[in-house]
Amino acid sequence: MTKLDVKGYWKENLKYLVILLSVWFLVSYVFGIILVNQLNTITMGGYKLGFWFAQQGSMYVFVILIFIYVKLMSKLDKKYGVEE
Amino acid sequence: MGILAWTWIIVGVTFALYIGIAIWTRATSSKEFYVAGGGVSPLMNGMATAADWMSAASFISLAGIVSFEGYDGSVYLMGWTGGYVLLALLLAPYLRKFGKFTVPDFIGDRYYSNTARIVAVVAALIVSFTYVAGQMRGVGIVFSRYLEVDINTGVYIGMAIVLFYAVLGGMKGITYTQVAQYMVLIFAFMVPAIFISIQMTGNPIPQLGFGSKGEDGMYLLQKLDGLQKELGFHEYTSGSKSLIDVFAITLALMVGTAGLPHVIVRFFTVPKVSDARLSAGWALVFIAILYTTVPAVAVFARTNLIETVSNKQYKDMPDWVGNWEKTGLLAFEDKNADGVVQYVADAQLNELTIDKDIMVLANPEIANLPNWVVALVGAGALAAALSTAAGLLLVIASSISHDLLKKVLVPKITERQELYAARGSAAVAVVIAGYFGINPPGFVAAVVALAFGLAAASFFPAIVLGIFDKRMNRQGAVTGMIIGLSLMLFYMLKFKFGIFDGGKDAVAGLAGDWWFGISPEGFGTVAMIVNFVISVIVSRLTTAPPENIQHLIEDIRIPKGAGAAVAH
Repeated sequence: MTKLDVKGYWKENLKYLVILLSVWFLVSYVFGIILVNQLNTITMGGYKLGFWFAQQGSMYVFVILIFIYVKLMSKLDKKYGVEE
Repeated sequence: MGILAWTWIIVGVTFALYIGIAIWTRATSSKEFYVAGGGVSPLMNGMATAADWMSAASFISLAGIVSFEGYDGSVYLMGWTGGYVLLALLLAPYLRKFGKFTVPDFIGDRYYSNTARIVAVVAALIVSFTYVAGQMRGVGIVFSRYLEVDINTGVYIGMAIVLFYAVLGGMKGITYTQVAQYMVLIFAFMVPAIFISIQMTGNPIPQLGFGSKGEDGMYLLQKLDGLQKELGFHEYTSGSKSLIDVFAITLALMVGTAGLPHVIVRFFTVPKVSDARLSAGWALVFIAILYTTVPAVAVFARTNLIETVSNKQYKDMPDWVGNWEKTGLLAFEDKNADGVVQYVADAQLNELTIDKDIMVLANPEIANLPNWVVALVGAGALAAALSTAAGLLLVIASSISHDLLKKVLVPKITERQELYAARGSAAVAVVIAGYFGINPPGFVAAVVALAFGLAAASFFPAIVLGIFDKRMNRQGAVTGMIIGLSLMLFYMLKFKFGIFDGGKDAVAGLAGDWWFGISPEGFGTVAMIVNFVISVIVSRLTTAPPENIQHLIEDIRIPKGAGAAVAH
């Protein structure tokens, strides 16, 4: 394996991290905390939306994010031939 | 059959199960003792991590806290789950690739320094001991409430059980008992939640139930908001904490979770790097099952409680009120002598004091569930406390036998001797933890929450920079950790214990002086940022790390060759 491979692999990995962590930040800190009062004016069934994100939605998104990361990385490992 | 008989049966069966598993999976080498031989499947490890992570506090107190705080309780829900995203993306795969046994192992090797190793050991011990004391106390309290034995006797029984399987089984025994404990605790938490959700909303899924309509056709949350306002409390779905504090606490808890040694070390036990990623996903699934149910239980319990007691005749109260009054968790004082319970926000007029723990412990009784369900909750709480205690004790044992003895003091120690030392230090740690469980220092409860701040301020930046910043060197990391940790300790002592201003009584008056309006619980965020900044600045002013370390970093960044890393 050449050095270039590792660099490319790492760069793509960092790109994934930035995207996934942005979503992580958005659902918890932005929707659940910063914009909570604005979102609370919208209701979804019995839930106010901001409250729902803070106590339910953010946690569901966290779980999904990790599994997306697992998928992306196993593809990336194969692409660069660095899988175990 | 009565509650007491049911409880003895269920607790007896589960304890026999834990001991059986421990005998069946006992550790025979130091590698099995520290990391279960590195052969745990991602799913099993996820389950064990969930049990390890969810403590007596998660099981007993969390729903109560959310119940009383409403929206403000979200900091714990998001904070204690969001950390797993950081763990999966930033730490777990790389630490697994690194392939040693402990967090101080990584810090010591990556920063080519025994000073860094010792700083990490000290931080791991501070964090783990404060945390484990709370667990042993929790075991004692559960025993005393459900089995009507003395709290101290409860602590002794808990010590004996943990001693048995942590010392005998090491990480291998702990892992498989934690899998069993997860099943017990999740079953015990979900059964009453599902029952109550059906009773109150007709929906068997609590996560959906608390957003549904009750029998009277009103949305449950809307009704609760109304009830709260009527009694003078803040609206349930809105908060009373400042935005910056909510933000800081959530971040401190997330980062602290990702920095807790007993959680990180679980990812050393899976066979491959890809397994470490997957395992973090499973761990969060298993945690989220409980954590997304918590806010539902909180709403059900709060509504039930207000409707049962508020403005009702005291003599007409159901049996559970009397039962829990005996334990001191519930107290009624008829201030205006009208025989009616006034439960209101105004402390002058309020006649009912309720401990937050009652929301989970008494919930099955409040909802009139069968006796075996009530008993199940006791067994679940014990499973949660014991599994967390065992995980922490292992960190303490390995810090001493591996990080201090083997790596610093007596490098020539043989495998057999190291295993003896590990078992010996686990035994000593159980005794110390038990001592704190029996004689709890007043600060334990407060410090457990702050353990997260300490982990956030010390480990998280050192590990993340160790992986993502090749230029990070010994000087930067050590300075960062020491300053981060000291700053956090200082803030805690000043604003949580009032040490510099005349003791505990002064604490309330100091809230106005909080830096940036951030409470001690949220200050871990500030200390972490300070650690990051100082580490980067110091590292850039001093020499780059040696070449072999730069190779090490390149090596841990790619999954290939993880099997080999374990063998060296």
